[in-house]
Amino acid sequence: MSADSAGLIEFDDVAKTYPRGAAETVALRGVRLRVEPGRVFGVIGYSGAGKSTLIRMVNGIERPTSGRVLVDGIDIGGLRGRPLRDAQKRTGMIFQQFNLLETVSVRDNVAMPLRLDGVSRAAARARADEVLEFVGLSDKGDRHAAELSGGQKQRVGIARSLARNPRVLLADEATSALDPTTTAQIIELLRSINREYGTTILVVTHEMDVIKDLADEVAVMADGRVVEQGTVLDTFVRPRTAIARDFVTTVVPQGLPDRVLAHVGGEGLWRLLLVDDEVTQPLVSDLITGIGVSVNMLHADMTEIQEHTVGQMIIKVTGEADRVAAARAFLAERVEHLEDVVR
Amino acid sequence: MSEDRWTLLTPDLFFSALGETLQMLGVALVLGSVLGVGIGAVLALTRQGGVLENRAASVLLGGLVNLIRSLPFIILLVAILPFTRLLVGTSIGVWAAIVPLTVMIAAYIGRLVENSLLEVPGGVVEAARSMGASPGQILWRFLLPEARGSLILAVTIAAVGLIDATAMAGTVGAGGIGDLALSYGYQRYDGFAMAATVVTLIVLVQGIQWVGTSAARRFRRR
Ligand SMILES: Nc1ncnc2c1ncn2[C@@H]1O[C@H](COP(=O)(O)OP(=O)(O)OP(=O)(O)O)[C@@H](O)[C@H]1O
Ligand SMILES: [Mg+2]
Repeated sequence: MSADSAGLIEFDDVAKTYPRGAAETVALRGVRLRVEPGRVFGVIGYSGAGKSTLIRMVNGIERPTSGRVLVDGIDIGGLRGRPLRDAQKRTGMIFQQFNLLETVSVRDNVAMPLRLDGVSRAAARARADEVLEFVGLSDKGDRHAAELSGGQKQRVGIARSLARNPRVLLADEATSALDPTTTAQIIELLRSINREYGTTILVVTHEMDVIKDLADEVAVMADGRVVEQGTVLDTFVRPRTAIARDFVTTVVPQGLPDRVLAHVGGEGLWRLLLVDDEVTQPLVSDLITGIGVSVNMLHADMTEIQEHTVGQMIIKVTGEADRVAAARAFLAERVEHLEDVVR
Repeated sequence: MSEDRWTLLTPDLFFSALGETLQMLGVALVLGSVLGVGIGAVLALTRQGGVLENRAASVLLGGLVNLIRSLPFIILLVAILPFTRLLVGTSIGVWAAIVPLTVMIAAYIGRLVENSLLEVPGGVVEAARSMGASPGQILWRFLLPEARGSLILAVTIAAVGLIDATAMAGTVGAGGIGDLALSYGYQRYDGFAMAATVVTLIVLVQGIQWVGTSAARRFRRR
């Protein structure tokens, strides 16, 4: 697999409506997105936001009602029949429910895409064994899907999607049926595919944890629209929409319990975000000894996001009004993001 | 046979009747299964949301299947006699019975196969489409293999239904076990002939069911 520049995905003002009796359901309303080759791009949104509809357009399983979906410059929605199938063969897809065949072995499941291309059984199986080894299942080729755990089944799904060396890999809720440990393993596997083969990966999920650990960039969807888009780090540090903030909160709690807030609320209650080196500054002791305020540490946590350390503190600063103002100015100089905590 | 003729049934009579039944059953089942799988596949693929969605084909074929299935076999048998004659050149004998039996069972199997194919999880078809499988490949490499357990059960049910229908084959002079029961057991009050044919039919049906069920169990997985 060569790490060439193929694997660009573009959504150009894409809309999709489904007829529903006399009325219609609008699944997408003018989506614009650009996924650079070799990136891991996450799409997050609540149920019904249109995520599956969006991702299924990249391999032409779904067609836009208007607008265009381009993969390497080819308008997928405009293709029919043979040319469409050829385009689909350059893209791999994995699913929440794995969608493996129950009646053939794991090896033959993985060999299937090549068998469709007319590759001989022996050659297809040899390639299947190669990919099975890559996903860590070289001993499971003769088994049947029913004999595997969920995580193993998803590895088979991944192996099958890799059999043809796709430039683009699509994952629709690929970890949503798995427990946290298994999810972490699958995420690591997907990252290693991206690293080693430069495969563009588009993931759709409702779990912000998956975005945090897997994606470089994220688009937040609500009601058929992309409401916010940016690097994962930026979105975590500075979510701009309420819905993005809600998703960030599921990983990094943003506030305090109401009972605590009722007690300590008001002036000088601040939330600090620290990125990378900022995390190691002795901020609290500097505030106390340098500025001369008292500091009550109410919450602190730290996460790893895209090889960046992101720390968070919620503190209550008390003292003379000018001292509190000085403390705020001092902090504003030293941390990535500072805000009042309000309810 | 015995001197005092306590039964009219001779081994010759019995075995030729059994042969006729097996011939009707075998030929109609093989032809009917081939046609039925084709009909079921077309019905499953052309229905709304299917990979070859086609309203006209779906309504036409579905209507034809319903029409055939709404006729009692004995009516179907006489109704299509001209067609039978056209096809096999005669309107009496085993082959004259095989034509309507095949038509009946193909329609029946068609519906059963359609159901079996629709039972395959939608995700399998979605995966197939995502791999760029053609409609034919979706059918041959995904749907039919995944449904094979329930397809075998469908053919089993159809085979039992066929035995039922062959009893009426006497109408066109095709003979068979059922005809033996009617013409000897019933019309000539031959109790032994009646008992022998009943036992034979029971053994046949049980045997078919047993073979079908165990084959389906074996093929469901692996
Ligand atoms: N085949 C379809 N026919 C009719 N409506 C559909 C179809 N597929 C999706 N929809 C509708 O389009 C909207 C978006 O659905 P979609 O499956 O893309 O959401 P989603 O974000 O993937 O949700 P989830 O997280 O539940 O998977 C929903 O209102 C859904 O009911
Ligand atoms: Mg979905």
